[in-house]
Amino acid sequence: MRTPDLFRFNLRLLTGQWFRTLMTLLATAVGVAAVLLLTGMGEGARRFVLDEFNLLGNDVLIILPGRKETTGGLPPLTGEGTRDLTLDDAEALLRLPGVRTVAPLVVGLTEVEANGRNRELVVVGTSIELFRMRQLNAAQGQLLPVLPLERAEPVCVIGAEVRRSLFAQQPVLGRWLRTGDRRCRVIGVLEDRGVSLGTDMSEAVIIPVASAQQLFNTQGLFRLFVQVQHLDLIEPLKPSILDLIQSRHQGERDITLITQDSLLGVFDDVLQLLTLAVGAIAAISLVVAGILIMNITLISVSQRTSEIGLLKALGASERQVHRLFLSEALMMTLIGATLGVLTGYALLWGGHWLWPQFPVSVPLWALLGAVLLAIGVALVFAWLPARKAARLPPVLALKGMTDAQH
Amino acid sequence: MIRLQQLCKCYQLGDEPVQALDHVDLEIGAGEYLSVMGPSGSGKSTLLNMLGLLDTPDSGRYWLDDIEVSALGEEARAAERSRRIGFVFQAYHLIERLSARENIELPLVLTGNAPDERRARVDELLQRLGLDRHADHLPNQLSGGQRQRVAIARAVIRKPALLLADEPTGNLDSHSGQGVIELLEELNGEGITLVMVTHDPAMGKRARRRLWMQDGKLIKDEQDAHA
Repeated sequence: MRTPDLFRFNLRLLTGQWFRTLMTLLATAVGVAAVLLLTGMGEGARRFVLDEFNLLGNDVLIILPGRKETTGGLPPLTGEGTRDLTLDDAEALLRLPGVRTVAPLVVGLTEVEANGRNRELVVVGTSIELFRMRQLNAAQGQLLPVLPLERAEPVCVIGAEVRRSLFAQQPVLGRWLRTGDRRCRVIGVLEDRGVSLGTDMSEAVIIPVASAQQLFNTQGLFRLFVQVQHLDLIEPLKPSILDLIQSRHQGERDITLITQDSLLGVFDDVLQLLTLAVGAIAAISLVVAGILIMNITLISVSQRTSEIGLLKALGASERQVHRLFLSEALMMTLIGATLGVLTGYALLWGGHWLWPQFPVSVPLWALLGAVLLAIGVALVFAWLPARKAARLPPVLALKGMTDAQH
Repeated sequence: MIRLQQLCKCYQLGDEPVQALDHVDLEIGAGEYLSVMGPSGSGKSTLLNMLGLLDTPDSGRYWLDDIEVSALGEEARAAERSRRIGFVFQAYHLIERLSARENIELPLVLTGNAPDERRARVDELLQRLGLDRHADHLPNQLSGGQRQRVAIARAVIRKPALLLADEPTGNLDSHSGQGVIELLEELNGEGITLVMVTHDPAMGKRARRRLWMQDGKLIKDEQDAHA
């Protein structure tokens, strides 16, 4: 039998029983669409998180005061150093060969007052280098001035959200803010980049690191970011950083070094697993669709018993009859899977349109997996009924009997 | 053309074993016109199914055109059916969702003939059987006589040597039945071997050779002298 003939023969069959066909198409389409939708959303979540954390760049090492074992699990996010990490340490690190820049970080919560309004806000003390590492730009005015690290200046850069809550629509550059017991002049506003999972800079007031140390009355740094000159220098620099700090801290290696990759790796693994899991759950619906296909093929075989007998009388071989029923199920599945892929993508893009921040993308393995699984399930589940049809004795089949009476 | 030797077939009907064919010996020459008559349950349909390779004997041997087809497997028998045998059934057995043309060309579709070739052959047959106006009609839009003509066209589209008809006029009124039987006889006149099962003596008498069966045995074999 020629393939176009087989195709036409099956199409007649499927359109002849359109309700039955529709139901099967629906089951397959829902299964495929569910796999695409769930894995697409899982993959979207993974990308969203990775993008948020990826802002720092791969060439940045994070130094935490205090020593923590980092074998497995998330690295420590709070440090309990025996010795403070100081600005002098930062200066020393900057002189290490291979280090491009160093950005210190001091973070604290304090009362901020301006324009007659009071807010409890995060105050971040750092240097201009941090803006460069995190690719933060000013929407208005300028970023922090280039200063020696230990010099305090009464200036600040505020996040977009801070600007809204304290100054509303009024002009803001050159206005004065009071952070704790100090005053500083607003020299810039950060561009609004939406929520950033790392640290939400839009709700922070950023001041020079020395000012923040005075404000919070501390010598210690919360974090130290070290950017290397080349990605390949990350690993060789780790021991030299540790040695340097050890020599500066009376022989104690009381810092923890982490890279962004190690942070992201954990998230990545977890989210990938999650995507896989929801995809597998959705795949169950495809197996259910397969069972439906088996039932439908069984019904088709018993409804068409006399037709099978006729085809055999006309000289159709067992293989031909087998192929006829398998191809019917296969065609139904292919149409259903196509509909499912279209629906799945349509829903995902619809979601992306409603919520543009959320990246959607169906991983290739999920797309191929869903379609191949649908086809595989159809073939496996239609195999038995098709074989049953193929093996019907022609005489009995012509009389409409499905079983030999022995 | 056909030679049966000691053919036996036994069915289990409920608890009763039924000897549908009981050591049947039969020879049929090419181009013969043969009717098989007998009461229901006498084994005449079983004989026809045996001849048509739709059923397998319990014992005995069957040669068709010097091939011992009783020794063939199902796939080989399907190939022989396709090449040498056409069937006409009492209940027509047309596929309801296919048009008259598609029903007729089905054997050619199964063997993988090209659409152009199929079309030419079907057109020729439709013309000849006076069905050209009904080519695109579905079976339920045709009369009984027209349906049986479509079924006959389907049976002979592959130009088989042997045409087997099981009560071909059983579902038809006498007028349509007459037309159908004349068509079958016309085909026989062109050289096709025709074996027809019927319980209608008037129909049976038209054949040049007449077999009577009872309890699986051939009890009478009559042949017109001038055949």
